Amino acid sequence: MFDKEKLSQIKEERQKWEEGLLAKTLSKAPESKKEFKSGSGFEVKRLYTPEDIEDIDYLRDIGFPGQYPFTRGYQPTMYRGRPWTMRMYAGFATAEESNERYKYLVSQGSTGLSVAFDLPTQIGYDSDHPLAQGEVGKVGVAIDSLKDMEILFDGIPLDKVSTSMTINAPAAVLLAMYIAVAEKQGVSPDKLRGTVQNDILKEYIARGTYIFPTEPSMRLITNIFEYCSKYVPNWNTISISGYHIREAGSTAAQEVGFTLADGIAYVEAAIKAGLDVDTFAPRLSFFFNSHNDLLEEVAKFRAARRLWARIMKERFKAKNEKSMMLKFHTQTAGCTLTAQQPDNNIIRVAMQALAAVLGGTQSLHTNSRDEALALPTTESVTIALRTQQILANETGVTNTIDPLAGSYYVEAKTKEIEDKAMEYITKIDELGGAARAIDLGYIQKEISDAAYKYQMEIETKERIVVGVNKYQVEEEAPKGLLKVDPAVAEMQKQKLNEVKAKRNNAAVEEKLKALKKACEGTENLMPYILDAVREYATLGEICGVMREIFGEYQQSVSI
Amino acid sequence: MNRPIRVLIAKPGLDGHDRGAKVIARALRDAGMEVIYTGLRQTPEQIVAAAVQEDVDVVGMSLLSGAHNYLFPKVVELLREQGVNDVLILGGGIIPEEDIPGLKEAGIDEIFTPGTPISKMIEFIKNNLKR
Repeated sequence: MFDKEKLSQIKEERQKWEEGLLAKTLSKAPESKKEFKSGSGFEVKRLYTPEDIEDIDYLRDIGFPGQYPFTRGYQPTMYRGRPWTMRMYAGFATAEESNERYKYLVSQGSTGLSVAFDLPTQIGYDSDHPLAQGEVGKVGVAIDSLKDMEILFDGIPLDKVSTSMTINAPAAVLLAMYIAVAEKQGVSPDKLRGTVQNDILKEYIARGTYIFPTEPSMRLITNIFEYCSKYVPNWNTISISGYHIREAGSTAAQEVGFTLADGIAYVEAAIKAGLDVDTFAPRLSFFFNSHNDLLEEVAKFRAARRLWARIMKERFKAKNEKSMMLKFHTQTAGCTLTAQQPDNNIIRVAMQALAAVLGGTQSLHTNSRDEALALPTTESVTIALRTQQILANETGVTNTIDPLAGSYYVEAKTKEIEDKAMEYITKIDELGGAARAIDLGYIQKEISDAAYKYQMEIETKERIVVGVNKYQVEEEAPKGLLKVDPAVAEMQKQKLNEVKAKRNNAAVEEKLKALKKACEGTENLMPYILDAVREYATLGEICGVMREIFGEYQQSVSI
Repeated sequence: MNRPIRVLIAKPGLDGHDRGAKVIARALRDAGMEVIYTGLRQTPEQIVAAAVQEDVDVVGMSLLSGAHNYLFPKVVELLREQGVNDVLILGGGIIPEEDIPGLKEAGIDEIFTPGTPISKMIEFIKNNLKR
C-alpha cells in the first residue's frame, strides 16, 4: 500500500522509537501483561504500522463496497441507503402467544421477523411424541401442522415482511407451510422474502437438531435451492451458520473457516445435483456470531466477505457478482452473557452489536440481558431492540461505509483471519470435504479444544469475565423471569387432535404415500411436501415418512 | 477409595447445546475421574441404563432447553426404580433459581448454574460422594 522508500523510512523510525522512547518507558513501567491476546487467543502486537499491511493491495484486496472482493461491504450505499434489518429471534409456547410477540416487535420498530421453533418441531416430532415430553413450547414455538402456521402469521401480511426461520432438518416442511399460509393470504410465492436456516452440517457439528443422515439431508437442501430458484426467487434458501460453531467455543478464525467449508460443501452438492452455480448461489446467505473482541470481530466479518468472494470466483468460477457476495445476519454472542449481574449483559450486547454494524451486517439480532437465566421477558427484548435503534440513530457509525478500513490493525487482522480460515479450509479439503471432516470428528474436536482452553482461562483468571471471576457481588435471585406455562403442551396436543379429526384423512394418507415414493426415487421432494402440508399432514407425519426411508443420523461422540 | 471416581455426563432430552457438558467431562477427566459422556438426545431410560451398566458414582446432567423440571426428576425416579440410591446426582445448565428447590426435593443433589467454577464442582463431588 506504500512506496518502498516511505516504508523503509517508517521502519527506521519505528526501530528508533522502540529503542528510544519505548524502551525507556518500559524500563520504568513495564506493561501489565507479558503477552496480549485477542478474544480468540491470537497474539496482538503493541502497535500496528504501515509495515503490517505492506502486502495488501488496495484495489485487489480491499476495493469498493458492492464490488469484488466485497471487503468493504455487500452493497454500494450500505447503511446510508437504509440501516440493517433489526430482526429479533423470538418464539415460545403456542403460535398464539408468539404471534402476539411478533406483532409487538413490529409495533416497536422491528423490521423483520425471526421465528424460533421448539425442539420437537426442529427435530421433526409432533407435540404428542414421547420424546417431546417436557420440551413443547420451551425454546420456541410448537408447530405441528399448517394450522399452527396460520395462527403464527395471523394478521401479518407475508408480502410485506421478511421472515427468517431457524429450521434445519425439516426446513423443507416449514418452508412449505409458509408458502401454504401465503397462498391462503392470497400472496404468491414469488412475493415471499425471508430465509430458512437449512444448514444441516453445522447441526452435526455444533447445534444438534439433526434428523437424517448426510446424504438425504444434502438432497433436501439442494431440493430447496432448486425449487426456490424457480418459484420463490426472493427467498434465501440457506443461512450457512457460523453462529453456533462460535457458541460451541470456536475461535473467530475457526468460525470463518468451518462456516465457509460448509458453504463449499453445499455449493458442491448443488453443482453435483446438476444446478448451475449462478442459479442458486445468489440466494445463499450466512449467519455469524458477534463476540466480545470488537476489532477482531470487525476484521472477521470483512475477512469472511473477501474469502467467500474469492472462493466463489476462483474455485467455483461463478460469473454473476451476486454469487460472490457474502451477505449475512448477525447475532450477538449468547455464550458471553452471564447469569451474574445480568444488567451488565446490556453493555456486552451493545459492544457486540457495534462490531456487527462496523463489520457491515445485513441484519442483526441483539440478545437480551436475561438469556443466561431464561427466555427473555418483553421488557428485556425491548432494551435489546432499543440498543440497535440507538446504534442506528444516535452514534453516527452509519454515516460512512466500512469506517475501520485502512486501520493498520484492522486490515492486518482481516488478512490474518482470512489466512487462518483458509488454512482450515485446506485441511478440510484434504480430509475430503466438510461432511467427511465432520464424520471424522475433526471439526468438533477443534472446536471443543478451543472451548476447553477458553474455559480454563476463565478458571485461572487469565481471561476476566466481569461479575463472574472478578468484581463479583452477593446477589439476590432475579425475579420476573419468563416462564412457559406447562399447560402449553396439553393445549398443543388438543389442537393437534382437532386438526387430525377435521382434515381429510384419506387425502393425507394419499399425499404421504406419494411423498414416500418420491423419497425412494430422485425427484425434487418440495412439491410432494407442499401437497401433504396443504392437506394438514403434520410435521411429525411428514418427517416420519422421511425417517422411514432415509434413516437417522448417528452422532460421533467425543470429548 | 481404591478406584477413581466414575462419572456419567449426560445430555437428556432434545437439547443440542453440549459445550458445557463436554468442557465439564474433560475437566473432570483432567481431575483424575473416569468420565463417560453419553452424547446428545438421551432419554431418561438410556441415561439410567448407562449409569447402571457403567456403575458410576456420579450422574451429571446438562440441559439448556428448559425441560429440566420434567427430565431431571424422571431420571431420579427411574434410578430409584432400579434400586440405585447411592449415586450422586447433579444438574447444570440454564436453570432458573426458583426451580432449584423443587429439583432438590425430587432428588437432585445439587444444581450448578452458569458461571460456577469447575474447581467448585470438583470439590463438591469429592466431598459428597455417597459410596
